[in-house]
Amino acid sequence: MSGSARLKWAVCASAIALTATACGGGGGGGGGANGIVRASWGDPQHPLEPANTNEVQGGKVLDMVFRGLKKYDPKTGAAQNWIADSISTSDQQNFTVKLKPGWKFSNGEPVTAHSFVDAWNYGALVTNKQLNSSFFSYIDGYGQVHPGSGNPTAQAMSGLVVKDDQTFTVKLSQKFSTWPDTLGYSAFYPLPRTFFTDHAGWLQKPVGDGPYAIDSYTKGSIMRLRKWDGYTGDDKAKNGGVDLRVYTDSNTAYTDLQAGNIDLVDDIPATQLRNVKRDLGPRYINQPAGIIQTIAFPMYDPRWNGTSMQKVRQGISMAIDRASITSKIFLNTRTPATDWTSPVLGDKGGYKAGLCGGVCTYSPSQAKKLIQEGGGLPGGQMKIGYNADTGSHKEWVDAVCNSINNSLGNDRACVGAPVGTFADFRNQITSKSETNPFRAGWQMDYPLIQDFLQPLYYTGGSSNDSHWSNADFDKLVDQANAESDSAKAVGDFQDAEKILAQQVPAIPLWYQNGNAGYSSNISNVALNQFSVPVYNDITVG
Amino acid sequence: MGRYVIRRLLQMVPVFIGTTLLIFVMVYALGDPVAAMFGDRAPDPATAAQIRHNLYLDHPLWQQYLHYMQGIFSGDFGTAFDGQPVTQLMSSAFPVTLRLTLVAFAIEGIIGIALGLLAGMRRGRFADTGVLGFTLLMISIPVFVTGYLLQYFVAVKWQLANPAVADGAPFGDLILPGIVLAGVSLAYVARLTRTSVAENARADYIRTAVAKGMPRRRVISAHLLRNSLIPVVTFLGTDIGNLMAGAVVTERIFNVKGVGFQLYQGILRQNPPTVVGFVTILVLVFLAANLLVDLLYAVLDPRIRYA
Repeated sequence: MSGSARLKWAVCASAIALTATACGGGGGGGGGANGIVRASWGDPQHPLEPANTNEVQGGKVLDMVFRGLKKYDPKTGAAQNWIADSISTSDQQNFTVKLKPGWKFSNGEPVTAHSFVDAWNYGALVTNKQLNSSFFSYIDGYGQVHPGSGNPTAQAMSGLVVKDDQTFTVKLSQKFSTWPDTLGYSAFYPLPRTFFTDHAGWLQKPVGDGPYAIDSYTKGSIMRLRKWDGYTGDDKAKNGGVDLRVYTDSNTAYTDLQAGNIDLVDDIPATQLRNVKRDLGPRYINQPAGIIQTIAFPMYDPRWNGTSMQKVRQGISMAIDRASITSKIFLNTRTPATDWTSPVLGDKGGYKAGLCGGVCTYSPSQAKKLIQEGGGLPGGQMKIGYNADTGSHKEWVDAVCNSINNSLGNDRACVGAPVGTFADFRNQITSKSETNPFRAGWQMDYPLIQDFLQPLYYTGGSSNDSHWSNADFDKLVDQANAESDSAKAVGDFQDAEKILAQQVPAIPLWYQNGNAGYSSNISNVALNQFSVPVYNDITVG
Repeated sequence: MGRYVIRRLLQMVPVFIGTTLLIFVMVYALGDPVAAMFGDRAPDPATAAQIRHNLYLDHPLWQQYLHYMQGIFSGDFGTAFDGQPVTQLMSSAFPVTLRLTLVAFAIEGIIGIALGLLAGMRRGRFADTGVLGFTLLMISIPVFVTGYLLQYFVAVKWQLANPAVADGAPFGDLILPGIVLAGVSLAYVARLTRTSVAENARADYIRTAVAKGMPRRRVISAHLLRNSLIPVVTFLGTDIGNLMAGAVVTERIFNVKGVGFQLYQGILRQNPPTVVGFVTILVLVFLAANLLVDLLYAVLDPRIRYA
């Protein structure tokens, strides 16, 4: 059955249902026993190791079970010292990390400098096959434990040195002033000894140092987390625990919320967006998250990289009516983008509305003019590559193409180019065999402007799928990383971003919001910048 | 009979090898799964190479297939990407799907045959038209429509059942998905039974049975129904396999963590061991069900003998 047919039916089904009844989502009763929050979950794709978890479902659990050196404030996104007492440097390259005393894992083992250093060395070692190992690539000695090919020549990174139980030093391979602010990411969490001595046992039931401990875990079905009473941090759980139930279909989770069988869904299905306000009223959350969607150009393809093509890329960006698409197709769960970062960074963090200027403003006549000046679309037509299996990208890609076609007054100027599976789509991009502009999404790892720019647009960046390269941009990023004053660093990053606004290696489309809905059994529900519910603050009853 | 069974079992070997090879090649043709594991981030080549080596993906396809088959015969079905052995996934998924299948099978068998008998005995009358109309409706509505509609009305609006199946799949929760899953097959069973019953009702042996004064109930159960069930049994037998494998949509709607759920995830994440492993077991189920159906013929119709 095709996705769109299925969608249509589901919309009809819910529309009929809604007109037939007032469809109140209210009605208490039930509720989690003993202050337990019952929440929806998706099956994690990889084993629940901190350095091996790169998707949000596994990350959710890690963020409940672990605490790291830093923690991002769920409201402001500011990185605060958590287990770290201080992280100091005089040269932006050598850091000394001092830990607060008294932190423990839930099995009683104290959290020491070794807990961090051993965990990071494990994450970086190539033979451990950790998907997030590139996060350690800034640390000196990474090349020895993680060579581009062949066997590692060392088992531990030379840049990490334990001074005593509460202190360790880190030497980076380059200057990186905001590096300490990246340490709230889950890849940097500490690990207890049992992780190394009884790996299989630990994976069955991970043990961490966070406000929750895992009570039981039935893979693919349910995870029961309970408040850990021995937790000494400031962000103790305000509920008795969280039951995470795996749902394969977000529609079912939403139905279960309406039926009162669960309390919290953090993925509102697209088909229900029309009803959700009526169903849940104030218990529906729609707020910005650190996700931006773009259309990236294959800058490795001479057809798109020619000197005159800059105008064409600018023109295409101006041909897209972002406001209509976000309101009609996404029902305001996206916000038109006017820079390459995200509003969750805040003005201090480097978000600057309107930085993109005219290039991101809808202007059909100007678009047509620029594209003509640049020599027209290569081959007279552009295609937008996307994967057809997940995420229902077809609708917005078609809408974007429609908008471009209308602006140019040519019905054949733009069409979507679906690729069957996400894996195949990614393979085409990484092997540079994708010759069309393609959809690209970026979810931040940590709330820093650096994370929105360096991995994506720096020469050889870990996610620079366009393979765009610009010496001035690289220079400004390096300069920003070496800057000790964070305001100046942000200024340098924004200057670098202005180069993106001229060259447009990727068109910013919109900022994605986080969506959630909850039952009347629970209150104090909020999402953080990663669009993950702040579980430990939820109160029951 | 014994020789027949042995011959049939031997015939299963090439079918088994052929299907597994076919599925293996098809999953392989979907492309390299490693790139997708890194999400929107470009894969780190060194880590990707390690993962490929670990999953045996750095060998040619025929070697991968031999390696995989070798594993299967020593009881090792490989490992899913989340680190769980596929055998573990099977041991959690198959019992759940089996329960759902049993519920659906019971519903379609009992209600389907009863409706078919009713319609066949009263051919051309109101009951017959009613059953034909009802079954036409069941056949023409897609499973997900009945699924979502029943889920909404029965579970959310009238609160008679849970919209999603709880852990461990208790039978009470499985009735609703069972009805949805059985729906289309139920219609076929009813129609097959109706035609067969209508045809046999005019047969000579029925007239004889009635003429010699046999009670009506016995005529129907011992003569009419028994002879009319042969095509229905064929259908029901092959349908066991269909129900077990075809529950992907129903299992998704009602959040049943069974075979369909694992297959769906396996395909979405391009995980060859999960997909091939589950399909292999399903192939075995199909083969066994077919054999069982053929043997049942002999029981239902003494004229059929196997040597």
